[in-house]
Amino acid sequence: MSDTTTAAVSGGGSGPKLTKINEAVIRIAGNSQDGIQAIGGFLARLAGRSEQEVMTFMTIPSTISGGPSIFQVRIGSGEVLSAGDEADMLLCFYQHSYEDHIKSIKLGGIVLYDSDHVTPKPEWQETYRHVGVAISSLVVEAIGGTGRDKGKNIYAMGLLAKIYDLNVPKLTKLIEERFTGKDTSVVANALTCFNAGYSHSLENLLKTYQFYPAEGKTGSQVVMNGNEALTFGLIAAGVRFGAGYPITPWSDIMESLRRELPKYGGMFIQTEDEISAISMAIGASYGGRVAVTGSSGPGISLKTEALGWASMAEMPLVVVDVQRGGPSTGMPTNVEQSDLNIACFGGHGDSPRVVLAPASVEDCFYTAIEAVNIARKYSTPVIILTDQGIATRIEAFPEPDLAKICQDISPDFTTVAEHKPYDLSAPDGITRHLAPGTRVASGKYPIATGLEHDELGHPTGSPKLHMQMTAKRRNKLKKLGTDLPTPKTIGPNEGQILLVGWGSALGPITEAVTRGRSVGDAISGLHLKHINPLPNGLGEIFKGFHHVFVVELNDEGLYGYGQFAQVLRARYADPKIRGINKSDGLTWKIKEILDRARTLADAVQQGKA
Amino acid sequence: MSTLTVPFESLARTTSTVNLPVPAPIADADRKGLTKKETAADHPTWCPGCGDFSVLALYFKLIEKRKIWHEKITTIAGIGCSSRFPYFVQAHGAHFIHGRALPFASGVSLSRPDLHVFVFGGDGDAFSIGGNHFNHTARKNIKMTYCVMDNFVYGLTKKQTSPTSPIGFKSKTDTWGAVDQPINPMKQAVSAGATFVARTSATNPNHVLAMMEAAMDHDGFSFIECLSECVEFFPGAFDASNPRKGGKFENMPEGHDVTDELAAYKLAGEPFPGRFGIFYKVNRPTKNALEAGINTAAQAKVAGKKDWEILQATFNRMK
Repeated sequence: MSDTTTAAVSGGGSGPKLTKINEAVIRIAGNSQDGIQAIGGFLARLAGRSEQEVMTFMTIPSTISGGPSIFQVRIGSGEVLSAGDEADMLLCFYQHSYEDHIKSIKLGGIVLYDSDHVTPKPEWQETYRHVGVAISSLVVEAIGGTGRDKGKNIYAMGLLAKIYDLNVPKLTKLIEERFTGKDTSVVANALTCFNAGYSHSLENLLKTYQFYPAEGKTGSQVVMNGNEALTFGLIAAGVRFGAGYPITPWSDIMESLRRELPKYGGMFIQTEDEISAISMAIGASYGGRVAVTGSSGPGISLKTEALGWASMAEMPLVVVDVQRGGPSTGMPTNVEQSDLNIACFGGHGDSPRVVLAPASVEDCFYTAIEAVNIARKYSTPVIILTDQGIATRIEAFPEPDLAKICQDISPDFTTVAEHKPYDLSAPDGITRHLAPGTRVASGKYPIATGLEHDELGHPTGSPKLHMQMTAKRRNKLKKLGTDLPTPKTIGPNEGQILLVGWGSALGPITEAVTRGRSVGDAISGLHLKHINPLPNGLGEIFKGFHHVFVVELNDEGLYGYGQFAQVLRARYADPKIRGINKSDGLTWKIKEILDRARTLADAVQQGKA
Repeated sequence: MSTLTVPFESLARTTSTVNLPVPAPIADADRKGLTKKETAADHPTWCPGCGDFSVLALYFKLIEKRKIWHEKITTIAGIGCSSRFPYFVQAHGAHFIHGRALPFASGVSLSRPDLHVFVFGGDGDAFSIGGNHFNHTARKNIKMTYCVMDNFVYGLTKKQTSPTSPIGFKSKTDTWGAVDQPINPMKQAVSAGATFVARTSATNPNHVLAMMEAAMDHDGFSFIECLSECVEFFPGAFDASNPRKGGKFENMPEGHDVTDELAAYKLAGEPFPGRFGIFYKVNRPTKNALEAGINTAAQAKVAGKKDWEILQATFNRMK
């Protein structure tokens, strides 16, 4: 298993050997209706309950039912930052899963296959250890002829539990919890399948594995995917109104908010289209409490006119963009970081807004709260730029202290003497809106507007006011930029190569730095979650390195730089800034980043790039 | 990954604004109805003679007569000549983007049921760029009053064909005369599921006020089409409905059953100038009430818990 200290615990004669491992990467391949995501979910939760770190990665076809699907889970006793480059084990249910994914495991890795459906290829049997189990027929044997497709996944999990010496009581409890509320026979069948798999004799598999106990983990962990973390972050932040339209992979968030918000006295409205969704959310924000809308790529395009209104009227708003492969319908179930431009600049006119990109599942929770608070404090739209990778992957993270974190952002209806929302003389230069329902004793009421306006919100054609108001909208975000902490480098603040990443790139670049440095590369990393405005002080950091490579999941563009690299080049005018980009719709492999960085550094030094 | 720290204080349970009761219009006996002087803001930018002046004056009258207070009025509009409305009213208001006034107003109405939400706009805003929002706001029966000042032409952009322009109307985009079948607002509203559908004309002030009052009192999405002449780009468009110009202002027929959808539809099909009055009015639960019901049911299950405790219970299931 990768980067592992291997130590045979029991030698002596027969009986399987127990090998201690730090981590394991298991890829489960089948079809989308086989419930392989459920196995992944169980394993992830188990890891969370065992104080281990876990990260998952999955692909699902964009068809409604059927089609190949994989779920990769990486469980570790130490820090787990990415879903893993190469798998230690491939669990495959079909011939196509076997043939398509055999290359994803490391040489000598284990192929655990359903011998009812997979015929191993002789040429691969030499390079990979093959273990065939007649999963399909054994499931039928265990629980009878019905519903066998349903049981295969649980049976396979039993096999994995045996091979990796997983905590059976905890897994059993998870299975029971998962099927609670269903017919008791469902739970019974699931447990029967699991036990049958667990007790299946694996004599031909010589080793079983055991994880080292996790170190330094205290307190309880919660296990969820990024979309869930974002949903709950919004709720913790006090958001009580949202509106949206279904689109993958954003839909999960709207479904959860629709289900959860009523408990808190709020509501989420499914609208007739994307434009209505953002308009309704803006209306609710105007009503006095920051509201949320969201979408993925194409839906964000539709929302941009209304977003411009929110910039102009300076209305607080949170917009979630779960990025997917674009443009247009693109690759709806794949990951890409190609909406940075539309998030930062999409729209007509000069329409400044804030863009935040969460780094991990855990960070989705906290970024949602930060977004709400920035929206309120600076009276501005804030875009949360997450992506399909974070949205669907499952991580375990320390349980937040909800009693401390949850906030109340109810509107204040205290009567005011007079009010000018767009007050140019305000010391902090920030607009404050009154929620309708608030009495203004002077009898002069403000209008929230998309027309260029005076301080009360009434229309003006004055060139001077347009310049002043434009500057006002710009300066408040410059102020935010100066308030943001300068990020710290990952690794030393001097060296050859600085890998710069944003959003979900944190895990991969951190791991690339660790791995690169372990073999002598003078490589460091820098991660940014505040995309617009940028924090100050990045230029100083860049000075410590010969190369600044921006690692992004998007195209290199006409001029050779990805979307964030272009922003950094425009901001710092530093020719050291170059791009490492890809658009295959998959998350970064560590090896990929390091190989590309070394090659690019060589090319630059030789004057070839 | 290390735990991120967030320096937030502990706060009390969020106050829900969703279930606030809608206060009766005459709540404060000490206050007199607001006079036009108190409710008028900017001087309207409309052309002299525009029908919209009359609608604005009657809105002021409605506010005075029904003793609605500044702070409880929310006037919302999209884009168009008539959509300048909020600037002319001394009350909370918003001037949103073209065609999207209804979704904006829905956000206000659903999150703030304590407010009177009035939306004003024109025929382009309502039936062209915002056509789909009209249908969905109507079917969802979101509580608000929507007054469309229909002038059969795009005025702000200076005389292009509008979705209600009659066939043959010569505009800058149809110099030979409009060829497309116009939208019939009454039919559109009835078939979309609006629960209050009325038609009036800016030239008949008493009738406009009566329709506004009835619309305001309706619990649901109340829609008024108010013919409002554009003296600049479609003068004389509505003379046939104006007795002072030799036309006829015809009320609904005696005994019209406002709950009869087919009768409403049939009357809506009468040739111009057609009928004036309430075509259709039924009671159906509002979206506001339905959502409040969902809330009540969901909150009953977590009664007595603070917000963070509700979220904690969810997190406990994710371990």
